[in-house]
Formats: sequence, C-alpha cells, structure tokens
Amino acid sequence: MDDESGCSDSKEQFEQALQQQHTQRYVLKLYVTGQTIRSIAAIAAIRAVCEQHLQGRYEFQVIDITRHPQLAEGERIVAAPTLIKELPLPLRRLVGDMSNEEKVLLGLDLMPKE
Amino acid sequence: MTDQFPATQRTLEKSPTGISGFDEISGGGLPKGRPSLICGGAGCGKTLFSMEFLVNGIRQYDEPGVFMAFEETREDLTKNTSSLGFELDALVQQGKLIVDHVSIERSELEQAGDYDLDGLFVRLGYAIKKVGAKRVVLDTIEVLFNALGDSQILRAELRRLFTWLKSQGVTAIITGERGDGTLTRYGVEEYVSDCVILLDHRVENQMSIRRVRIVKYRGSTHGTDEYPFLIDETGFSVLPVTSVGLNYPVSAERISSGIPRLDAMLDGKGFYRASTIMVSGTGGSGKSTLAAHFVDAAAGRGEKCLYFSFEESPSQIIRNMSSIGIDLQQWVDAGLLQFRNVRPTMYSMEMHLAVLHKAIREYNPQVVIMDPITNFNNISNTNESRALITRLIDFLKSRGITALFTSLTSAGEAAEQSGIEISSIVDAWLLVRNVEFNGERNRVMYILKARGMAHSNQVCEFQITNNGIQLVDAYLGSAGVLTGSARLAQEARERDEELAMQQRLELQQLQLERKRLSIEAQIAALQSELEVERSEIQLLLDQDRRRRQSAEQFTNSMMAMRNMTIEGVNTTSSHEQTEGASS
Repeated sequence: MDDESGCSDSKEQFEQALQQQHTQRYVLKLYVTGQTIRSIAAIAAIRAVCEQHLQGRYEFQVIDITRHPQLAEGERIVAAPTLIKELPLPLRRLVGDMSNEEKVLLGLDLMPKE
Repeated sequence: MTDQFPATQRTLEKSPTGISGFDEISGGGLPKGRPSLICGGAGCGKTLFSMEFLVNGIRQYDEPGVFMAFEETREDLTKNTSSLGFELDALVQQGKLIVDHVSIERSELEQAGDYDLDGLFVRLGYAIKKVGAKRVVLDTIEVLFNALGDSQILRAELRRLFTWLKSQGVTAIITGERGDGTLTRYGVEEYVSDCVILLDHRVENQMSIRRVRIVKYRGSTHGTDEYPFLIDETGFSVLPVTSVGLNYPVSAERISSGIPRLDAMLDGKGFYRASTIMVSGTGGSGKSTLAAHFVDAAAGRGEKCLYFSFEESPSQIIRNMSSIGIDLQQWVDAGLLQFRNVRPTMYSMEMHLAVLHKAIREYNPQVVIMDPITNFNNISNTNESRALITRLIDFLKSRGITALFTSLTSAGEAAEQSGIEISSIVDAWLLVRNVEFNGERNRVMYILKARGMAHSNQVCEFQITNNGIQLVDAYLGSAGVLTGSARLAQEARERDEELAMQQRLELQQLQLERKRLSIEAQIAALQSELEVERSEIQLLLDQDRRRRQSAEQFTNSMMAMRNMTIEGVNTTSSHEQTEGASS
C-alpha cells in the first residue's frame, strides 16, 4: 500500500510538472553584438519560437553588449549571439544564430527529449 | 651578456618582460604589439610567466594589463601568486590591472547555429579601454575548444581574435596546453605566427628540470637553446647559460692566496683576479683548508665571498676552520661571507646552476668558492657537468669573479685528472696529495699549472697547524723527494755528515799549520847555518887579503932592501923578452 501510494505521489508530481510546462513563465535574454547578420537572424528565430510555443507567458529582452560592455562580464558572455534562459530554472545558455530550431526547442525545454 | 642577441630591435620593437634572463635570451622581450604563444604541459609555469609579464609591465614599465583567465578564478590567481609578492588586488584597485575570469560550463551551454566570439572581443575591448592596457594575457584559450564544440568556427574566430589583438596594439600572451606531438593541443600555434615560446618541465633521474625554449621569433634573433629556468619565491628566472661568450675583459691584478709561501710559489704575487682556480686532491688532503685561507684573505681585503658548500654545513665549516686558527665567523658577521649549502642531489644539474646564478647575481661577490664541484657528478654524467661548469666559469669570469673550485680525486684515479675534466678551462691548478711513505702520510702540494705567471715547479710539503697551513720545503735530493719524518731523518743525517766533514777540515787545517810552523823553523835553522858559513867565508877572505897585503909589503921591503931601481928591473926584463922572441 505504502509503496503504491509513494508511486502515485511521484506520478502526481510528474503530471503536475507536465502541466506546468505549458503554463510556466519564460524569461529569455538574448545578448548580441550590434546589428550583425547573426544577431538579426537570432532575434527573428527566438521571436518566432516564442510566438509559437510561449504565447503570452514570456519575456524576451535583446541586449546589445557593444553598448553595454560591462554586462558581458557579469553575464559571462563569450560567444555571440548568446541566449540565456533565466526562467524557468535550470538556467541554460544557447549560442549561435538559433538557426537550428530543434536545438533551440531542446535548449528551452519545449520539446521532450527522446 | 645582453649583447648576445643584439638589436634587430630597430625594426622590431620589443616589450620587455622584466623576467630575469628571459629578456636576454629573447633580445629584449616579446614582440611589442603582437600576440605571442606560450605553450607547455600542465604545471610548467605558463600562468606564472604570463602573470609576471603583466605585473612587471605595471610595476616597471607602467604598462597596465588585462588578464583573461579561462581556468582559474580571480581569487585563486590572487592567492596563488601572493606568495610571489604580486599583490594582484592592490594592482586591481589602482586601476592598473583587470583580471577577468571567463567561465564556460559545457553543461549549461548548447550550440544552436553559427556563432562568433564577439562577446569575448567586447569584453576584452572593454577591459583594455578601461585601464588603458598595453599588455594582455589569455590563459588558456584552448578551454574554449572544450566548452564550445564546433572547432571549425573556433579556429576561424581565433584567427580573427589574433588579428584583432594586433589591431588593438597590445602585446599579448596566449597560453596553450601542450598536445601530443604538437605544440598545443588544438594547434593554436598555427595562428600565432610571431613568437612561440615553449616551457618544459620534465623529470630526469628523479629530478625535475624546467626549461624554456624560443621555438620561433619572427623578425628577431634569439637564443635557440633550451635554457633552464627556476620558479622560486621571487618568481620566474631564466638562466641564460649559453649566452656568454669568451670576450670578457681580463685583469692583471694579483690577489693573495692567503698563504704567503704559496704566493711566493706563484711568482711572489698570488693568483690573478677573475681567474678560475682549481684545487684537486684526494679526501683529507687539505682542499677545503686552502679554500678557507683564500676566503680569509679575500674577506680581509674587504671583498665579498660566496661559499657554496655541497657537503658540509656552514657551522661545521666555521668550527673546523676555527680549530686551525682561521676565524670565518667574523667575516660572516661582517657580511663579507655568505654560505650557501645545497645537497647536490637536491636539484638537477641545471637547477643547481640556475640557483648558483641567482645567488651570485643577488649577492654580487668578488670571490666564489665551490666545495667540491665533483659532487655534481653524482647527479649527472661527466659531459653534462663539464658543459655546465664551463658555462658557470664563463659567467663568473664575465663578472670579474675569482673562483676557487675544489675537486675531489677518488683513490685510484689519476691525480692529474680533475673529477669532471675541466682542467683545460681553469687558469690555475693546485694539486694537493698525500704521500704515503715510511709508515706515515704527509701532505704535499704543487702547482700543476698557473697561466700567465712564472711559478715554482717545486713540490712543497705542507702541514696543517694551529695557525693554518704552513708550507715546508720538501727534501729534494739524491734520495728523491722525502717528506715528514723521512725528511727530518735525512736532514739530521745531512747535518751529521756536514759536522763530520767540518771536523775533518779543521783537523787538516791544524795539521797544515803545524807543518808550516815546522818548515818555517827549518828555514830559520838553514838561514842561520848560511849565516855562519857566510861569516866563515868572510873570515877566509879577510885572512887572504891580509896575507896578500903583508906579502906585498914584504916584497916592497925586499926590493927596497936590494936597492934595485924600478927602471933597472924593467930594462932587464925587456931584454929578456926581445931575446926570447928572436930565438
């Protein structure tokens, strides 16, 4: 009995988590270096993903580190463009022009891993 | 020494590292305004070299710096280098230094499409601008390859980074981990084409040896050898061992050996200043004592002496020498004598020389003693020790330092062979040995060679007395060289012989005198005899004269008595003559 109830508990939690996945708020920050081709491509790609998967529950910010270089050290930016998923946890970083949609969705936990 | 790799610097400006020795072998430092690669295995001192380059730049050349650390955090770096007196925090506060830790966690990084390293450029550019940096270090950039998978993009980006660094006009150091068969694991050396420096840390015969080599230095002459280097409490120091030529000035000044009679054997003036003296001999023959005399004399003249002892501790040397009347403690107290004691097995040969070099540079002595050099054979083969001792001698000579080496000859080895075969490069060679004869051992010394001076060819016996070394002339005679009691016996024998000879002579003289006296007496007797005879003859002559006179008187009186005229007698006699003639 105890075992079963334990099982059902974790099962419930999992279900809950699954539920939440579709309701969680996303905070995304994209660090770019000026108006490069990669920057523009990345901004467009992330916008599209957000509109498609996270409509109404996301916050998306584009930061040009050439204008705010002091932010680069704080956010430990090396490569550009870098997308940081601050929420939901865990924090995750994606680098590149976000042309690989599958990777982007994986990185943002929007696609269950096989 | 700095002239070894002279200025092509007119064309290529250099940025001095301030690392002792390195600027000498690289002809002035790293190429200014260009990136240089420093590669080597783990723990070979890449980070330290780079950090010292920055810190020296700030302190000595007023060139602010940026240290971009990919591996260590700022706290770790500060802590690790504080023992070297770098005080990174203070430099950061003064606004002269920025330490930027770039941490990249592969686990939280996903690659989604093409990227570039503009983020890094922006950070670096920002830091450079903030402090007005002239020197930049990227340590270790290859971490990027581990963190960011796509090496193709990275390679292109690195090429861009180095070009960008050049355009920024900063002198940069990029460090790289040594790869298998390549200088760096990811071939970064392909992009840094101006200057590549290889640091090496290897273990041979259980001894760790650090070496640095300039693999490539575009547009500049440089030393191409492997130079040993040291990392100690004062940081990095390279030993520019081979960057010494044979063009040092020589001195005609002579300095005393500390033993007056030995000076007398050396043309009466002693050794040349800045020459290299070797004292070789078997164990217990008095080599160290000779060295102590030399030190005592030098310190007495007010010169600074550095005594490297590889076998005894300073207190032991001082005690032993005070027992024979040489007070070395007073010179230690006066700051004129320093002992450095190292077990030969403590470091490798090259490390030893690096340590010696450093000690000599720091203390700046006029006299250096190494007692004994042969101990280096314990840690390396003869060829190697010889090569390195040669370098050391060149170094000492170039600094005008008089050096005295003792060399232990083991029993059975040829005496006229120094343990590490450096006899041809020393200027003066004293050989001390024990002569075993007649049931005792005696010490003798001779000068095997002394360049540039007339020197005694005599074997001298010496004794170690309460007043130090005393030289005694050894007996040299028909019986060969005799020393010790044999010499004394021989001397006694000679004294006896001489006495006997003298007595014989005296006796002969006495006899001669007597003979002379007797002959003189004889002469006197003969003379008196002669006198007697002469007076007898006189008497006879007188008698004869008197007889003649009386006879004449008698004739005259007879004539007178006969009344004969003188004419009548004459006529008669003339007639008789005529008649006789005609008939």
